Amino acid sequence: MELILAIGIGVFVGSGVWLLLRPRTYQVIIGLALIAYGVNLFIFSMGRLQINAAPVLASGSVNPADYTDPIPQALVLTAIVIGFATTALFLVLLLVSRGLTGSDHVDGREPN
Amino acid sequence: MSWANHLVIAPILLPLATGAFLLVFDERRRAFKALVSLFATLALLVVATTLVTFADTAPETGTAANTVYLLGNWVAPFGIVLVLDRLSALMLVLTSVLAIAALTFSLARWHKSGPHFHTLFQFLLMGLNGAFLTGDLFNLFVFFEVFLAASYGLILHGSGSLRVKAGLHYVVINLAGASLFLIGVSLIYGVTGTLNMADLAIRIPMVSADDRMLLEAGAAILGIAFLIKAGMWPLGFWLPTAYSAAAAPVAAIFAMLSKVGIYILLRLSLLLFGADAGASAGFGEPWLLYGGMVTIAFGAIGVLASQAMGRLAGSYVLVSSGTLLAAIGMSNVSLTAGALFYMVSSTLTIAAFFLLIELVERAQDPAADVLAVTMEAYGDDMDEEEEEDEIGVAIPATLVILGICFTGAALLFAGLPPLSGFIAKFAMLTAVFNPEGLGASSGGISLTTWVFGALLILSGLAAMIAMTRAGIRTFWAPIEGTVPRVLVMEFAPVAFLLILCVGLSVQGGKVMAYMDATARSLHDPSSYISDVMSASSLPGPKSVEAK
Repeated sequence: MELILAIGIGVFVGSGVWLLLRPRTYQVIIGLALIAYGVNLFIFSMGRLQINAAPVLASGSVNPADYTDPIPQALVLTAIVIGFATTALFLVLLLVSRGLTGSDHVDGREPN
Repeated sequence: MSWANHLVIAPILLPLATGAFLLVFDERRRAFKALVSLFATLALLVVATTLVTFADTAPETGTAANTVYLLGNWVAPFGIVLVLDRLSALMLVLTSVLAIAALTFSLARWHKSGPHFHTLFQFLLMGLNGAFLTGDLFNLFVFFEVFLAASYGLILHGSGSLRVKAGLHYVVINLAGASLFLIGVSLIYGVTGTLNMADLAIRIPMVSADDRMLLEAGAAILGIAFLIKAGMWPLGFWLPTAYSAAAAPVAAIFAMLSKVGIYILLRLSLLLFGADAGASAGFGEPWLLYGGMVTIAFGAIGVLASQAMGRLAGSYVLVSSGTLLAAIGMSNVSLTAGALFYMVSSTLTIAAFFLLIELVERAQDPAADVLAVTMEAYGDDMDEEEEEDEIGVAIPATLVILGICFTGAALLFAGLPPLSGFIAKFAMLTAVFNPEGLGASSGGISLTTWVFGALLILSGLAAMIAMTRAGIRTFWAPIEGTVPRVLVMEFAPVAFLLILCVGLSVQGGKVMAYMDATARSLHDPSSYISDVMSASSLPGPKSVEAK
């Protein structure tokens, strides 16, 4: 489980960074989205991996080992929402840039 | 709990409510929107100045204290907190002062050149204020994203291909920075199990040796996110382009954005990795020191090399950031006090200069200007605005007044007397060369200190040379009879900011005393930590009934 998650995060972030360094805006936005996925999984993993465990504590005396850490899950939710919003905003910007410069290069002009 | 404690949340709620309220109204009701926005910002300034007096002398006890506001009425570290101390109060005032100036300036013409200017502006203020007040790392991220999202909108304000191009880079860099921020925060959470800054400061010395590497990796990744914002070399290449492409009032308030990174680095490096942090004490300080010094050098070269004034100002932002980063890296109480003074003075100057540039460049003929980098963006806006009615009185001796302001800004940039830039640099140099206090023998001065001192003075020289050159080209070179039309409303904010700098040097003693107290409490965070951890929750409605 740990290995799969670690490889997953690595693949997401690795391909994301590669795409981020590409010259086309579409590649950049996909790269940013992939990095965001990797980062979200990473936050999630920071609460330690637990399978089939509820995130919320019951009242009374409880054994913390029966539960998964709820805080990273809350953080991930926030991060997903914010990441989604900023990616959407970037998408608009990408289209504006394409419309104004007539090029989808990140510098707004084709390299010679 | 007095009303004073509830005032702590006002700097976040007020801009949020105003921004949301303004969304309801149509863009055509521009005057109304402008009025609401201006009043809200004025109210924010009043709140911020009140909070400074609270931070300096708490109302109940009469002594300085940190005001802790438990947002969900859960005690720290379980609930999230807002903490008001001297440093955050100082940043709040600085933000609202810049906001007033930028907003007043924008009312002359800029706020008409795109939709939702006032809403975005208020949301930007909300994010900034929240970042200064929050007491935990994750809310810091949220407020960071709030003001970044607003700044994405604002940097594009006025449109034009130049702005879109610079804005595209700005957005990508900040989105990548946000990912680093999250990785850093979650690594720190993974190791310590808390996100509350005060609680972190308690737990970091207890982290086991095996986990320390992870913790420091997390802190370093988090630090990179802030250094991108502050523009440290080699992470700051985006900054001059983005700032010089932004509309003048936006660039003025952006001067504050780069200081957010500085603020967080100052706070976290002293709170989390201060003298009490055990094995991690002083973590990252050499990086800040040397990185800061390289940034000063890079910025100074940029200042000398820039031909357009917008880029000059953008490069000066780097010099200012570099100076502050190096000062944080030296971790010396009186140097921190001097650096805080420098931060206030240089931020006000940069903002004033960004506003001034736009006024001065109106005089230049766009066709004749070979370096028409900024003009390209301004050109079409101006044609459109000329037909509108003038709101204020056009000043006849415009160029003389602009020239005086320009000279003032040059003196402030270079750090020459009698303005506050000199006091700031003098305070820093005194602190650097007398680390044990004046008169005490400190046994020789290290090479690093000499290099820092030299960079501080040489960057001032570079700024002076560049400003003289730009000033001669603008004010003394023949301009074919075109005097820029400047409204009082546009000139007033520039003068206001510069007069504040004069005020800083006139009241230098008082301001410096405040900065000294701020620096002392930053270097000894024990009262901050105990205030946050001991803040008690309010009795709920049920327990009131029981009485």
